[in-house]
Amino acid sequence: MQSALNKDLLNSKISVVKMEMINLTIDGKAIQAEKGLSILKAARIAGIDIPTLCYYELNGQKLENRPGGCRVCVVEVEGRKNLAPACATEIMEGMVVHTHSLRVVNARRTVVELILSDHPSDCLSCSKSGHCELQSLAQKLGIREIPFKGAQSTYRKDNSPAIIRDVDKCIMCRRCETVCNQLQTVGALSAVNRGFEAVVATAFEQDLVKSSCTMCGQCVMACPVGALSEVNQTRQVIQAINNPDKTVIVQTAPAVRVALGEEFGYPAGTIVTGKMAAALRRIGFDYVFDTDFAADLTIMEEGTELLGRISKFMNGDKDVKLPILTSCCPGWVNFFETNFPDMLDVPSTAKSPQQMFGAVAKNYWAEKLGIKREDMVVVSIMPCVAKKYECQRDEFKENGNPDVDYSLTTRELAELIKQFNIDFNSLEDEDFDMPLGASTGAAVIFGATGGVIEAAVRTAYEVFTKKPLEKVDFTELRGLEGVREATVDFNGTPIHLGIAHGLGNARKLLEKVRKGEVQYHAIEVMACPGGCIGGAGQPYHHGDFSIVEKRFEAIYQEDKNKELRKSHENPYIKQLYDEYFGEPCGEKSHHLLHTHYFDKSKQVEIEA
Amino acid sequence: MAKYKMHVLVCGGTGCTASHSHEITDNLKAVLRDKGLEEDIQVILTGCFGFCEKGPIVKIMPDNTFYTEVKPEDAKEIVEEHIIKGRKVTRLLYTDPEKKEHVSDSKHMGFYKKQLRIALRNCGFIDPENIEEYIANDGYAAVAKCLTEYTPAQVIDEIKLSGLRGRGGGGFPTGMKWEIASKNHADQKYVVCNADEGDPGAFMDRSILEGDPHSVIEAMTINGYAIGATKGLIYIRAEYPLAIHRLQIAIKQAREYGLLGKNIFGTDFDFDIELRYGAGAFVCGEETALIHSMEGKRGEPTFKPPFPAQSGYLQKPTNVNNVETYANVPIIILKGANWFNKIGTEKSKGTKVFALAGQINNVGLIEVPMGITLREIIYEIGGGIKNGRQFKAVQTGGPSGGCLTEKHLDTPIDYDNLIAAGSMMGSGGMVVMDETSCMVAIAKFYLEFTCEESCGKCSPCRIGNKRMLEILERITKGQGCMEDLENLKNLATVIKDTALCGLGQTSPNPVLSTMNNFWDEYVEHVKDKKCRAGACKSLMQYVIDPNLCVGCTSCARNCPVNAIQGEKKTPHVINAEICIKCGTCIEKCKFNAISIK
Repeated sequence: MQSALNKDLLNSKISVVKMEMINLTIDGKAIQAEKGLSILKAARIAGIDIPTLCYYELNGQKLENRPGGCRVCVVEVEGRKNLAPACATEIMEGMVVHTHSLRVVNARRTVVELILSDHPSDCLSCSKSGHCELQSLAQKLGIREIPFKGAQSTYRKDNSPAIIRDVDKCIMCRRCETVCNQLQTVGALSAVNRGFEAVVATAFEQDLVKSSCTMCGQCVMACPVGALSEVNQTRQVIQAINNPDKTVIVQTAPAVRVALGEEFGYPAGTIVTGKMAAALRRIGFDYVFDTDFAADLTIMEEGTELLGRISKFMNGDKDVKLPILTSCCPGWVNFFETNFPDMLDVPSTAKSPQQMFGAVAKNYWAEKLGIKREDMVVVSIMPCVAKKYECQRDEFKENGNPDVDYSLTTRELAELIKQFNIDFNSLEDEDFDMPLGASTGAAVIFGATGGVIEAAVRTAYEVFTKKPLEKVDFTELRGLEGVREATVDFNGTPIHLGIAHGLGNARKLLEKVRKGEVQYHAIEVMACPGGCIGGAGQPYHHGDFSIVEKRFEAIYQEDKNKELRKSHENPYIKQLYDEYFGEPCGEKSHHLLHTHYFDKSKQVEIEA
Repeated sequence: MAKYKMHVLVCGGTGCTASHSHEITDNLKAVLRDKGLEEDIQVILTGCFGFCEKGPIVKIMPDNTFYTEVKPEDAKEIVEEHIIKGRKVTRLLYTDPEKKEHVSDSKHMGFYKKQLRIALRNCGFIDPENIEEYIANDGYAAVAKCLTEYTPAQVIDEIKLSGLRGRGGGGFPTGMKWEIASKNHADQKYVVCNADEGDPGAFMDRSILEGDPHSVIEAMTINGYAIGATKGLIYIRAEYPLAIHRLQIAIKQAREYGLLGKNIFGTDFDFDIELRYGAGAFVCGEETALIHSMEGKRGEPTFKPPFPAQSGYLQKPTNVNNVETYANVPIIILKGANWFNKIGTEKSKGTKVFALAGQINNVGLIEVPMGITLREIIYEIGGGIKNGRQFKAVQTGGPSGGCLTEKHLDTPIDYDNLIAAGSMMGSGGMVVMDETSCMVAIAKFYLEFTCEESCGKCSPCRIGNKRMLEILERITKGQGCMEDLENLKNLATVIKDTALCGLGQTSPNPVLSTMNNFWDEYVEHVKDKKCRAGACKSLMQYVIDPNLCVGCTSCARNCPVNAIQGEKKTPHVINAEICIKCGTCIEKCKFNAISIK
């Protein structure tokens, strides 16, 4: 990874040399910058800060939201009649720019006052408070009073199982729209209405659940204000813990441990697994378990399913569906159910680790404890917003009782820790509880794009070739390129693998598969850029993708730190099969660890 | 046209059509058939004559007799008297308001005397649904000349030399626009005709398309040849059904005559045109928004660059020109740039079509040479202010323009002078106002329009215009304060300085120009709670003069909200809190005892 990043840097340096340079003056400072850059980027390189609001960029993911709509970044360009948006104005030879002249400061302040004049002032209880870019902009510009009183636009609040749209707060920055359409190609959100009523909404302003939304939540990650947020369930979790009749179990997803620290001042990429386990125990969970355990279990099931399909294929079975597609990511599952309903028999039937954990907890573990499943509450800590939707799916319930009761995001866990006044930074590391807290390095890498497929390969190789794997690290499967492919040698049998992260990339890859243009044995898809480490439930990165890159490195570091690095070597997994499931893909696991998919292609229903 | 002895031209523009000009045509034809004259006399439904105030218009050629306000039942008399007996129907002739004399020949009418019809040359003259009539009037000769005698570069040079500037509002030099598009190379380029006319009251583009659709088709073909485009698109609002209908006919005929399609005039140049319908959003007149709308996307502007000439429709180089701009092109090619550039002022060549409206005697569509003064337009062409009232202001440029006053009456009108005076040419709306117009209310009217039509993309336009409107609403209701005026001025300045597109950047103009020219009126509304024009209802008060009131009870009986109290034969009183200022009491009072204060 490190070397890959350095190579990128080197390439960009080479291109700098080739680039035509432009001389300009910004705030009296003579600057040289590449031709084609915007004033905003040239100024940033020169260390001059121009405030922005609608502008949003995910470097490395080829995503730029630049509608030039908020007009916060306007600057004065000598010789130009009106002010220029710095984000959308290309630098020119000899240009003289003033980013903070009296005219600019007055205009910028007036524009922000206008935006605030049509924005609810309920900062006290707003989900984005403290992370809100409009709030910090208002602070920075010293706005204490809004001189413009008038009507406020109001809309119906849209509550879905995972995402809340509080459209009154929408500032028309269009970030969500760009992310939803360009990055994810989901197409659930776009601008509707005119003038003062203009707002970003679903088609026909229907509820999100009736749209093509996959609940991936990248819109929530991108929204600079509180117009889009996740459903917050910390209150319900506190009440469950407070209920003496309930046994409350918590599971934490792999990507949480490499991002949670950011909420407590640690640099991005700090691994806080031990502190997290300690904090969860302080909060009062009865058992602190790990989703990683279920990730190892997933590999057993999904790996077996993959090998089963490959053997059938090699034995000439023409009906077998290849490639097998991973099914860990609930945003991805929603996406293919909506967009590829003709291919529902292609993905693996293995449940996601969250749901496998829930099924094991409420059956195996409840039996072990001798309690009824109704008296057990399973809470998951996820880097994800879509997991909130996933745990509410009917097929993951027994008599209405869900396998996973509440799914909290990394951000919500940080809120809980702060609420309980736990001094996170000075906590001593603690271990997860056993047995459902045991895991291998293969499980940890589920948190990064390419990780699931690498974990599957580590196990499948040994099962298929019946030989021990000498080199555990499959670096050819790692990286942050949107679509990747690699061929792994299974002792003479080449296994072709595809990887995509970001739903737009997944669509590209799936369309090729549908048309028969590419041949893979297995494909891993994650809905969010970077995989779960870039999930929508993680601490807000405000478009700084280098944060995700640091989490990426941390995930592989955590893998290296593990004693066991292959899922099938997890002793407690072996024990679970011995004691309970018998064998992977057996009858009991078919019942508890596998699922099925539905055609969710959307019919437009227009409400009268 | 030779085989007929006489031609009867009936206006078939939208306005006259609404006043039954089709029935007039039918009746004329029926009477002529009865009299056995159908072979000798041709009845033609033409485009707009411009003099809408006096429509429907019927013109008889060759003697140029101009009949006004004709009704279907007048057909018989026109045929029997004028056509058969050679006696003019004087009651249908235009009466000069000053001399009180009938004027028969339109050339001698004040409305037409100072006009110079270049873009409108065929409107009201030919049958727009017959390509042969267009051809008979030098139609398609310009494109023939271009294709056979000129290189594309020469065509562009000719347009550049003519000094033609965009008639849609911005006034960008047309030749230069073509040149930029010609220099951007691509496998496919497009020419687009912007027929998304949206200024309130402006209808010159509609009239040209209804009256002379072929001139636009010919010009677009020339444009395509000049920049290397083989496809043309006309973006027209769906609210213009007649213009759409005539364009469809014209395109079909042009294809049949080989004037659109492959190998035009035997050359290797191919060109064809398609229509695209707009849903009627003002902002789609902005070229980037127009292109997005044509692509099926939300009709909202994007920042420039890239300009459409670099990356336009489907990301290909695209040249967008307005209808009126195009209507000038064929005649420039035929008569030469040096003919055209002698008309007008130094930097604004040719003519401009204005839609003259408001408190003026002759409402209609006029075409005048650049450099004419407002005084000439208002008092000579427009026939002065209605009902002998005083001129107060003229609004040009629609919602993007501003109000000009008495002191601007003798300024020669061109692009640059209008901008210097705080207004703009816009697409050519011209609304004349007298002393009964409140300038604050006028600013509010235009802002209401802008707020309705803003796409909502940028914050200054989306929220800023709404806030300006709210301030103006407060002021016209007598609830304004001096701080509102300060905020209004600051907002207007900032919106002009920061909005994304032309619509937003110019939307404060009506406010700024009225504040600059009529500051006292604003202050009066705020401080004295008074509207001198008597237009702001909330600031009016109906009062009964006890010395004049005889207590007849007529007002009280007729008041719809029972706001008037008083005993019989004693002076009555109006309760201002209940009064809705409907004016019924004034109407009913026989003693002039009620007045507005």
